[in-house]
Amino acid sequence: MPAWNIIQAVNDALKIEMRRDPRVVVLGEDVGKFGGVFRATVGLIEEFGADRVIDTPLAEAGIIGAAIGMAMYGLRPVPEIQFSDFIFPAFDQIVNELAKLRYRSGGQYSAPVVIRTPVGGGIKGGHYHSQSPEALFIHTPGLQVVCPSNPYDAKGLLLSALRQDDPVIFMEPKRVYRAARGDVPEGDYTVPIGKASVARAGNGMTVLAWGAMFHEAEKAVAEFDAELIDLRTLWPLDIETIVQSVQKTGRCAIVQEAPRTGGFAAEIAALVQERCFPHLQAPIARITGWDVPFPYTLENDYLPLAPRISQKLRELADYEV
Amino acid sequence: MQPAQKIDKPPIPRETLLRLYREMVRLRTLDERMMTLQRQGRVGFYGAATGQEAATLASAIALEPSDWIFPALREGGAMLLRGFPLVPYLCQIFGNSGDETKGRQMPSHMASKSVNQVSWSSCIGTQLPQAVGAAMAARIKGDRTVIAAYLGDGATSEGDFHVAMNFAGVFKAPVVFICQNNHWAISVPTAKQTASESIAIKAQAYGFSGVKVDGNDAVAVYLAVKEAVDKARTGGGPSLIECETYRIGAHSSSDDPTRYRDEKEVEEWKKRDPLDLFRGRLQSWGMWRATDEDALRARVLEEVNAAIAEAEKKPDPARESLFDDVYAVMPWTLREQREEMLAAPAVPRPDAKNIAG
Ligand SMILES: Cc1ncc(C[n+]2csc(CCOP(=O)(O)OP(=O)(O)O)c2C)c(N)n1
Ligand SMILES: [Mg+2]
Repeated sequence: MPAWNIIQAVNDALKIEMRRDPRVVVLGEDVGKFGGVFRATVGLIEEFGADRVIDTPLAEAGIIGAAIGMAMYGLRPVPEIQFSDFIFPAFDQIVNELAKLRYRSGGQYSAPVVIRTPVGGGIKGGHYHSQSPEALFIHTPGLQVVCPSNPYDAKGLLLSALRQDDPVIFMEPKRVYRAARGDVPEGDYTVPIGKASVARAGNGMTVLAWGAMFHEAEKAVAEFDAELIDLRTLWPLDIETIVQSVQKTGRCAIVQEAPRTGGFAAEIAALVQERCFPHLQAPIARITGWDVPFPYTLENDYLPLAPRISQKLRELADYEV
Repeated sequence: MQPAQKIDKPPIPRETLLRLYREMVRLRTLDERMMTLQRQGRVGFYGAATGQEAATLASAIALEPSDWIFPALREGGAMLLRGFPLVPYLCQIFGNSGDETKGRQMPSHMASKSVNQVSWSSCIGTQLPQAVGAAMAARIKGDRTVIAAYLGDGATSEGDFHVAMNFAGVFKAPVVFICQNNHWAISVPTAKQTASESIAIKAQAYGFSGVKVDGNDAVAVYLAVKEAVDKARTGGGPSLIECETYRIGAHSSSDDPTRYRDEKEVEEWKKRDPLDLFRGRLQSWGMWRATDEDALRARVLEEVNAAIAEAEKKPDPARESLFDDVYAVMPWTLREQREEMLAAPAVPRPDAKNIAG
């Protein structure tokens, strides 16, 4: 098995599915000859041609709007939004159109569009190459949101996403695009959407994380008797795995890179306390980015990195009612 | 590619011409130094205007100081031309405490109210409707301010461009759209960006005039922009000026253009270097000698290097400054979070790393 990074895994999944399913097309800015600014679509245009690997004009609303039309007409488009910070020109197409198409047509139409987009900071990208907008999409009924932390899950989840019939926001954690390496089986396999993975078993506390911050959480839990869960799919959330763990440990921390207020960690905390209240021995801890635009110079002060996570986990472990 | 048109007599005052040339040389030097510092890991990112100095600066110098600039990625140099000091400009690039914008934005995103150059995000095209709104406001308030709205060729594909053009036309806003058609939007050539025969022609559809000029000819750029600015100032409404130029370098420090374009094309365009063209004109008018050139280059390099040395010394912004300016009045959430951050272990600033963008 080759040890790959996330970009290679994504690239491989796209190739596998494009070979298998002629309906799959890739579109976006710089995805063709250049192979994407992060190189995730390298080699595709050479193999599949310019009809299936489409360099578009610089217009995200156009990219997503066109993808929706293609999907309604029977293709399986995989648009790339170069940075998730630039998804907002397409927000209308995603929130008002893509997410509601099945519902508003009484189930007649669906738009199986898989929007790939790099998320997160820690690459000196400032306000507009760093954001983590997952909560906005989780909040929108009709969308699924996926965020793998490693190459194995990236490939398997992308293949799953391409084989089902509803839209997926496929968030790729760019801080660990190349740093998160791991064994990836050659050929076809899938990782189911909606299943979390218990990355490390433990009894003293449950730590939930995803994407780039999963790796920070992983460093931080080393000194604790902690169960670490990589959510992988953010929505629909694998509530069963989480509840099982928290009922066992009685303590729960959630690590989230996005700003705190109105973030996905808040939703998870609500779900957990509704289901685990009698088992909880401490308030659920949120370790998050701050409620500020993502900064340039002070990004390490913004991010919930391992030292800050450790500090909070220590408080969580020591908490007595 | 045409040779620049011959002009027998200088159509612009001598002082303006010389100042413009000095600024073009300074911008070229600054960009070269910054790209070097980026490669050395001293700067996190940089977007150079190399090859586009005429389009950037000859347009800006046609404005009055009270006119406003809504820039895109490559117009930072216009601020310097408008008198913004080099050291705080560089502090923005270093993202340190000497930066008026407090180290929050990526390099090449400088802004200052002191020279009426507004803050640009990184989001392509978003500045354009804002520029039109500012122009509408100037008209409503009865000011004689003109707004210059800069954009790249790629930006003409965004909805915001079309919205802005339409508003400008409908409201006869005193705005001049200045498009730097440098032939590329990262890896996408202009021919794949639009099926129109030019960018200038798009203005017709919105009910105002668009002209295409040789963007590497500083004199041509100046004259076209000056005419459009005068027209806007006297109630004649908006214009679009397409400056045809070329991005000589990479899109940014994160980019590798050898993957998608032919170096021969770059070599061809280097023969039309805007500095060479302009210097040729100045020489033909008896305004510039070889010794002037040597003296200027040496002086500018010294100025830039001294400013780098001074700017780079400054410390990072204070950690707690992270929470300032989110709102005029800090809400309790941010006050609490600031305390929480200060109680958490600090992690040192990362090394400058490459990113794509
Ligand atoms: C809304 C948005 N989409 C995508 C990007 C990524 N991006 C940055 S610059 C660029 C190309 C811009 O081309 P152009 O407008 O021609 O300006 P130039 O870089 O050539 O000066 C792209 C696609 C972005 N910054 N904003
Ligand atoms: Mg361009």
